[in-house]
Order: sequence, then structure tokens, then C-alpha cells
Amino acid sequence: MDFLYSITIAPFLDIGSDLIFFAEVLIGGLSAGVMYSLVALGFVLIYKASGVFNFAQGVLALFAALTLVGIMEWGVPIPLAMALTMVVMIALAFAVERLMLRPLVNQEQIILFMATIGLAYFLEGLGDTLWGSNVKKLDVGIPDVPFEAGGMLLQTFELFAAATAGVLVAALAVFFHYTRIGRALRAVADDHQAALSVGIPLKTIWVIVWSTAGLVALVAGIMWGAKSGVQFSLSLIALKALPVLILGGFTSVPGAILGGLIIGVGEKVGEVYWGPPLGGAIENWFAYVVALVFLVFRPQGLFGEKIIERV
Amino acid sequence: MSNADTFPKLLLENASRIGKRPACREKDLGIWQTWTWAQVADEVRVLACGLAALGFRRGDKLIIVGDNRPRLYWGMSAAQALGGIPVPVYQDSVAKEMGFVIDHAEARFALVEDQEQVDKLLEIKDSNETLETIVYDDPRGMRNYIQDFLHEFDKVQERGSAFDRDNPGFYDREVGAGSGSDVSVMLYTSGTTGNPKGVVLTHANVMRTARNNQEMEGLSADDEILAYLPMAWVGDHIFSFGQNYTAGFCVNCPESAATVMQDLRDIGPTYFFAPPRIFETILTNVMVRMEDAAPIKRRLFHYFMGVAERAGTRILDGKPVSLTERLLYALGNVLVYGPLKNTLGFSRIRLAYTAGEAIGPDIFDFFRALGINLKQLYGMTEASVFITVQPDGQIQPDTVGVPAPEVEVKIADNGEVLFRGPGSFQEYYKNAEATAETKDAQGWVHTGDAGLFTEDGHLKIIDRAKDVGRLTDGTLVAPKYIENKLKFFPNINEAVAFGDQRDYVAAFINIDLTATGNWAERNNIVYGSYQELAAHPELEPIIREHVEQVNRDLAADPRLGGSQIKRFLILHKELDPDDGELTRTRKVRRRFIAERYGDLIDALYSQRDTCHVATEVTFEDGRKGRIEADLRILEAETFPVAGAMKKAS
Amino acid sequence: MEHRRIIGETLLKIENVSLGFGGVQALSEVSFEIREKEILAIIGPNGAGKTSMLNVINGFYHPQQGAITFKGEVRRAMRPHQAAVQGIARTFQNVALFKGMSTLDNIMSGRNLKMRRNALWQAIHFGPARREELEHREAVERIIDFLEIQAIRRIPVGRLPYGLQKRVELGRALAMEPELLLLDEPMAGMNVEEKEDMSRFVIDVNEQFGTTMALIEHDMGVVMDLSDRVIVLDYGRKLADGTPDEVRANQDVIDAYLGVPHD
Repeated sequence: MDFLYSITIAPFLDIGSDLIFFAEVLIGGLSAGVMYSLVALGFVLIYKASGVFNFAQGVLALFAALTLVGIMEWGVPIPLAMALTMVVMIALAFAVERLMLRPLVNQEQIILFMATIGLAYFLEGLGDTLWGSNVKKLDVGIPDVPFEAGGMLLQTFELFAAATAGVLVAALAVFFHYTRIGRALRAVADDHQAALSVGIPLKTIWVIVWSTAGLVALVAGIMWGAKSGVQFSLSLIALKALPVLILGGFTSVPGAILGGLIIGVGEKVGEVYWGPPLGGAIENWFAYVVALVFLVFRPQGLFGEKIIERV
Repeated sequence: MSNADTFPKLLLENASRIGKRPACREKDLGIWQTWTWAQVADEVRVLACGLAALGFRRGDKLIIVGDNRPRLYWGMSAAQALGGIPVPVYQDSVAKEMGFVIDHAEARFALVEDQEQVDKLLEIKDSNETLETIVYDDPRGMRNYIQDFLHEFDKVQERGSAFDRDNPGFYDREVGAGSGSDVSVMLYTSGTTGNPKGVVLTHANVMRTARNNQEMEGLSADDEILAYLPMAWVGDHIFSFGQNYTAGFCVNCPESAATVMQDLRDIGPTYFFAPPRIFETILTNVMVRMEDAAPIKRRLFHYFMGVAERAGTRILDGKPVSLTERLLYALGNVLVYGPLKNTLGFSRIRLAYTAGEAIGPDIFDFFRALGINLKQLYGMTEASVFITVQPDGQIQPDTVGVPAPEVEVKIADNGEVLFRGPGSFQEYYKNAEATAETKDAQGWVHTGDAGLFTEDGHLKIIDRAKDVGRLTDGTLVAPKYIENKLKFFPNINEAVAFGDQRDYVAAFINIDLTATGNWAERNNIVYGSYQELAAHPELEPIIREHVEQVNRDLAADPRLGGSQIKRFLILHKELDPDDGELTRTRKVRRRFIAERYGDLIDALYSQRDTCHVATEVTFEDGRKGRIEADLRILEAETFPVAGAMKKAS
Repeated sequence: MEHRRIIGETLLKIENVSLGFGGVQALSEVSFEIREKEILAIIGPNGAGKTSMLNVINGFYHPQQGAITFKGEVRRAMRPHQAAVQGIARTFQNVALFKGMSTLDNIMSGRNLKMRRNALWQAIHFGPARREELEHREAVERIIDFLEIQAIRRIPVGRLPYGLQKRVELGRALAMEPELLLLDEPMAGMNVEEKEDMSRFVIDVNEQFGTTMALIEHDMGVVMDLSDRVIVLDYGRKLADGTPDEVRANQDVIDAYLGVPHD
């Protein structure tokens, strides 16, 4: 009885008793969610344009962050370092297209998926070799001072991160929906052959997509790295992106964003209010349970296209 | 207010009075193009001059065929400006039907929309002696047509400009020569029997009825209307031409017949006409979509539609409504009615009419509950539309309102509705006999409908006067009344009832493919065609339940209670105007059907429980085919008639 | 049906083209030409190499042997993208549309090569790029009008019935303003009425825009009505080449394809 009470009624009483604290938890959840959204966005971009589930997306973020730190260690000013890192990411996109995608064109999806696993390990190793394997601090010059607003304690950095992610997402949505290249990207995602026949150059599109995914990875890497240091565990946020994708739908940009936010908020709130009676560590499994529920009841996710297989 | 007594004069007046305001729009290449009154006046002027250059003379008829296009409407004014008579013809008529009208009207000129219509005219031209000149609007596909009597619309206008320059004052002289008593239009009505008759209307007929209604309803130049019903139909002529000119509002022409619903949403008209059939289709679509919607959405919809049914019509009619209901209705407006009206293109409607046949009370109430001021009117070509109209706030689903301004209505001894008014037609063209049959010496026009006045002075139509019959025991049978009751069920698209000089009432039923198809889908019933679905045994109890519900309703009325349906069958094909079973306005051709399906009717009045039928059908492309089926004859329960118990005992 | 056009010079010339996959010889030493403004039908039993021939022409397949001359330029093989740039458009046997996109966006994607503003302008959707978008939109609207598909402008093509999808696919190919249009079974799976509509569109396209067309079709009535010339493939070889009447009278063709007449 006590246990039932502690998981059904008590948490809501707690929430009601201190709304300001609840708001803080919410905001904490949202800022973690923004990170998930960013990484998930990278997945969605590549998935939409090439039907490939890019296992390396997390490592891409790690690699971008490592590269940025490495370049900054040479004493390069921050904006230039970011630009240079972006150049590296674009070069990487070219390399991926030339060395991985082109030889594997028209292969089964699973083969391409395996290739991205290979890419993940390769990038991890390359990052290690180039920039070393110890934890690095990334300071991009955004002040991380707490301040109070409406009785809540907030972090400037988190607000900044959320704003950046928001702008990036809006820009991508516009790009996808209203531009020729966006239309071409969607066309390629839909039907390779048809895209080729109307003169959409597949190679160029792939490079653009991987570059964009690289940009998203860079932003995610910076945000995450600046918060918790640049280290191997950064690549693991990719695993968190998976439930986000299941929730939001693999092909939906808004789905990735909303999915990320829901997971972020859900696991923080769960941890704080339901953690104690359930023995804590809810953060570790919450996302996967949500994903499981969705797989059973709404496999296409919140916004994904309904997949109707003709029997 | 206005001194103009003809439409071309009114056009010139509008051009100077409201010249910068939009007169018409057309969606072309995905964009709405607008013409102001001044522009329309110019277009009509050069078109008229072009026609004059081609030899169009006072008294000439101009056949007009096509979808609702600004240029075709201009053709009407252009012909009138030259003292000619526009004769719009239904655009889906086959060549033969068109040929009859052209022959009968002795038309020398035709203005048509496109290649499809040109081809039809070419088909009959050899056997026709009068037709000399054809003008077409859309040049698509016309490159290889080399006949010198074919003229492109643009070229005719070019010639018109030159003609106008060379003959200054010609156009104004021609327009000035017209008067209100001139014939302004001839509308051929597709009668249920025999050849169509040309209803002759004058400028005064059309203008006065248009203006009377405009004043009654407060229509103004700020209104917007969508012209999507056939130009050959009198309703379109009054709403999209007559009132367009008298009120000065803007007429919007849809991109194509297939895009009407989207164009409706684009425009959001303030003034709208649709036959009951269209309201019914819209309602069916809404309901089907709601069945597929998420459960929350569906529940929200049904809850607020309940609120709307209780409060919506009362608010619309200005009757007292409790504050809670008012608040709920306001909330419903934000959550359900507003968005729904917006998707349907009904957000701005101030005035909506329906007419032509009885509208199902459920359908009527649904739209009124949403806050749409939907009203019924009763009219006909011979009246320039308006005979009776429901005044605001006095709306009942089963009446058609009170006499329109300046119109007198009375019921003859045999129950037939007679009227007399400013819109009364002049004559049937070259058919004095029919004119004399319809319009008596005192000017009373026989509508052919049987009706009665309710206590509050509203007219109620029960059937065609000639169709009202009696069973062998003398019980009154109003087939259409029964059919309409059947058709109010979404699953039933069309029905034909029999009973005159018979022992009991029997009926044919046409299922509605959208509604029953949806039912089939929900119940995993597989069907390959209309015929297969119609013959599905699981559909029978559903239709039987509908029939028995109608019987229950009939039983409640002592006068008509004896005419309950005993036996019925579900037809294997849709009744179709292309097969001659319906008129172009989709009215049942009773005699034709009785002849064509004589075997089926005999089976209904025998002991047999099946009947074989083979029917010739016409496909959309004009080819003929044959379909066969074995139809089951079904029995329905009948109920004791109210107030008839005494007689029975 | 009477065509009042002037058939011009050779537009595309296929010389001794052979194509094989592993052990299968899809095309063996096929030669023929397509002349400007003509409608050429390619017929033959299933597996005769008809679709392979189209795939060679638009660069999906690279023949092992032979030469292809398009607009006087000789090539062995080219990439589909280059074929598109040079003015070759096509439709596919099983409809290859962008199913998630609307009719409008699908046809608009056919304008891809005609749009030249750079990605940056595109990205901010402003200035000259916006004007350009509108120009292309107008061209696309003309095609929509031409094919009478206004009512489905905004509907995702995946939800359309098959016959309409085929029409949209033709629209997308037309949006490329091609010099050579390859149609792979444009009327497959259609009912009589849809076939008639499609035939009318094919003829209208040919007459109004002077587009040269090569089409694969199984319906002999359609082929005989539409085409100026017919070539017959069988087991990857060319069996006959001539006017519909000549081909119909050719004994080899009758034996191999049309079947021996029974009367």
C-alpha cells in the first residue's frame, strides 16, 4: 500500500508542494532534451536523404568536439577554430561519400548500416590518434553563471544552448521544405532512381547531407562537451538518440526535436519524483521504456510517415 | 436606384459606378485572376463587336456551352448587347441533345469552352442547317482544326477591337436600342418527358426577381459567390449572372469541376447555393473523416455537435438560449465549428440556399447548427427561380417558406401549386401548346407540384402533382415523399417508389457507394464493384431497417400511413443521367424507369423472391455495355397507422 | 490519328550496343535511331531487353560494347545525371515518384536542373531565388493545367490512384523540358478510359512541344495508333524496324511476337 502510494500519489503531492522546484526540474530536462534533439536531428537528416541509419552520428559529435578542442589548443581563436572544424567535417563528408557510399551504392540497407558501424570505430580511433584520449575541457567562452528568474535558478549556458538549437532547427526546417536543394534531398530520400532521372546528382546530395549532419554534430559536440567535458562517453549520447527517434519518427525533423524534449523532460522528472521509491537510476532506462511502448502502439512515431506495407 | 433596364446597360452603369471593384475571378494556372467591372465592360464590348464583325445580328441566338468561365458569362452580355439571345446549354449534354437545342433555337452562333465541346458541335453540324459560326475559348488541342467557321476567342476580340475603332458609336447604339421587355435569355429545361422546352425570359423578368431577392436578403457588392453549377441552369443564371449585375458582387469561377471543393476553401464565399445532394455529400465526407479521426478528436466532435444541435439553430434563429449553452457553443466554435467551417470553405457564409428537392432534416440541421444560415427556397425556371423563400428566423426543414416579394402563390383544387409574379416566363419558345398548358389566361403558372400551406403560411411541397396516385383501395401515395424519406439515410443514394393503381407500395433502392463502401471497409467486407457491394447479403438487414424506419414514420401520418413499403429491392447499378434514368438535374425519370425495369416491378408485385435483370449501360466515354444480375426481392415490416385503429376494428 | 508534324534529323543513334549481366545477354548488337519529333515504339515480349534499352539510353546501364550518339555527340556511357542535363527525361515501368511529396513538389523536382540560383539564396528563400522559384512554379502550373491534374496539386502522390500517378510522373518528366522523352509502359495497369487519356497526352505533348519520344508499350492498339515507327526486340536482338504497318506485316515479328494468325 505504502509503495503504491509512494508511486501514485506522493510524487504529485511533491510536485504541487514546490512548483518552483518543479519548474527547475523541467528546465533541466528541457536542456538535456535539446541535446538529444540535436543528435537525433543528425540521424534524421541522413536517414531521410539516404535511408541509412547512421550509427556513427554520436561519434561524429565526439570527433567534431575533439577536433575543435585540438585546434583551439594550437591557440586559434574560437570562431576561426569552429570554422576550421566545420571545414574538417565537410572534408569528412566528401570522404564518406567517395570511400563509403559510392562503392556501396544500391547495396542493402543493412550493409550500409554495418558500414556506418565501421565508420564509428574508425572515427573514434582517428580522434584518439590525432587528439589523444584523455578528457578535455572545452571552453567556448559562453559564461556559465547561474542567475535567478521568477524564483528559479537558471544557467545562462543552458539557455544559450537551447536558443542555438532552436535556431538551427528552424533553419533546417526551412531549408528542407522551401528550397530546391531541400526538395532534392527529399526526392533522393524517396526514390534514388527517380531522383537520378530528373538530374539530381546523388553525390552532391550525399555530401550536402553528411556536411549538414556534420554541422549538427559539431553543435551538439560543442554543447555537450562544454557542459561535461570532451570524452569518449560523448559518443554514447547516440544511444539516447535512438529512443528519441522511435518516439519522434525516423523521418520527421519536428519529431526529432519534440521527441528529444519529451525524453529529456520525462527522464529528469521521473528521476527526481519517482526515483526514490523505484530505487533511482530512472534516467538510465526511462527513454528505452518509452521507446518500447511506442514500438508497440505507434511504430511510426509521433510524426513519422505511416508505413503501409502492401501484403 | 438604377435606370438600366437591360443587363448590358447595367454593365455600363456598374463600370462607371463601381468600376474598380472586382466583378469576377477565375483560377487559372493555380492563381486567381481578377477582372474589375470596368475591365469586364471592356471585354464584353470588344467581344460583342467581334461577334458583330462575324455577322451576329439583333435577334440571333448565341449557344453557350462549357464550365463556368468568365468568358462564357461575357458571351451572354455580349449577345444581349447586340440584341441577341444567349442560350446556355448543359456542358455534359451529348451531341444529339445539343443538336436539338441548336435546331430548335435556330441558332447561327455558338460560344464554347474547349475542344471537347467543339467536337460535339462538329458532330452535329452536318445535319444541322442553322449553325454557322463557332467561337472557342481554350485553344488547346485546336491546332489541327482548319475549318474556317471556327474562331478563337482572342482572335474574335481582336477583330472586335478593330471593328469598334472603325465603327465608333456602334456598340453604344446597339446597347441603347435594347429595352427591358426584350428577351434576355432562353433556358432549355430538361423535362422528365419529351424534348426540352425553351423557357423565354426577358431582361425585366431576370432583373426584377434578382433585385427583389437581393433586397430581401440584403446582398451587396461586398458579397462573394462561387459559380460552379451549370450555366444552363436558371439558378446559376440568377445568382452568378443576374444578381452579379444587380448587386455588383464578385463571381468566382473554379479552376475545374474537380477542384470545386478546394476553390470553395480558397474563396470562402458569403453567398452560396447548393442542391441538397451537395450538402449531403459534404456531410457524408465529414462523417467519414470523423470515423477515421483520432478518438479524442472524434469524441470532441460528437460532443460539440450535440451542443450545436441543441443551441446552434436556436441562436441562429434568435431564440432564447441559456448562458451555459451559449458559452459551450462559443467554446465549440473555437474547437470544432470554426475549424470545420474553415476546411469546408464555409467560414464567411452569410446566406446559403438549397432547393430543387427536399433536403434531409439531419443534413439541414447539421449545417444550421454550425451557424450557417442555410435556407430553403422553392423555385423553377418558369419563375426566374424565386416562388417562395424562407425568411430569416422562420426555418423548418419540411417547408419551403413564404411567397417571394411580389409573387402570388395559390393551391389549385387538385392540390397543384400555382404562382404569378414578376419573374413569370413569357412562353416556351415555339411551343404555344405547352405554354397554354402551363400558363393560364390570368397569368397563373402551373408548377406541376402538389403542395399545401401550413397554418403559419409556409408552403410545403409533397410531390409532383401528376405523380400523386392512389392504391387500389384508394389510399393516397406520394412516391417522392416516400423516396425522400428513404434518401435521408446516408446509405441510400436514390430510391424509386411505386404504388399508383397497385395493391401496396414497393420500391427500388440505390445504395450510396461512399457510405456503404465505408461501412464495408470497417467490416472487412471485400467487394470489387458497385454491383457486388449492392448484392452483398450483409447489406440487406441494414437497408431493411431503413425501410422499416420509413414505414414507422409514414404510419404516424393518418393521410399517408397506408402507403407503407411492403416489398423492395436493391438495384444492381446506379441510376444515371447518361442512361436516361435521371434528368440532368438528377431527378428520377419515373416513366422511363417503369418501362426499362418493367420485369423488376412485376416481380415486386408477385410472390417471387428473385428476379433476373439485364441492363444496357453507357460508360463515361460514351461506349455502351451490358450488365446482368439476379436481384433478391425483400420484404419489410409494416406498422399500424395512427388514428386508423377505429376503422380496422 | 493524323499527325501533322515534320520528322527531322537523327536525334539519337544506337550502334551495335551490347549489354550483359553475368551470363545473361540483355542486348546484343542492337542498332537503331530516333529522329527528331517522332514517336518511336519499342515492342517485344517480356525479357526482350526493352527496359534495358531505355536504361542504356538514360545512363543507368553502361553497355559493354557499342556507341550512342545523342545530338551528334558520341559516347559509350554516361551517368543518369548527365543524361538529364543533356535533355533526356524518362518515366518508369512501376512509377518512380517521390511518394511523400505533393504532386506540385514532384513536378517541381523536374525543374531541378533548370534552377540555377545558388544554395545560399535558396536557403534564405529571398531575392532572385524567390523570383526564380515563381517562374518555375508557373512552368509547373502550365504542366498541371495541361495534364488536367489541378485537383490533386497538393495531395501527396503516394495517396493517388495508379493512373494519376502515371500522369504525375509524365508531368515531372515534362517539367524537364526534355528533347527526348523515354516512356516505359506509360499505360500499364490502366483501364480503357485512362489509356485514352494518356494517349491523348502523349500525342498532345508531341504536337505542342515537338518532343521526341521513345515508348515501350504492350497494348498493340495503342502502339499502332500512336507511333510513327516501331522497333521490335526479341531476346535482346532487334527483329524489325519500320512503320507500324510494315512491322505488322513482317513475318518474323508475327512468328515471334504477335503469334501466328489462326485464320
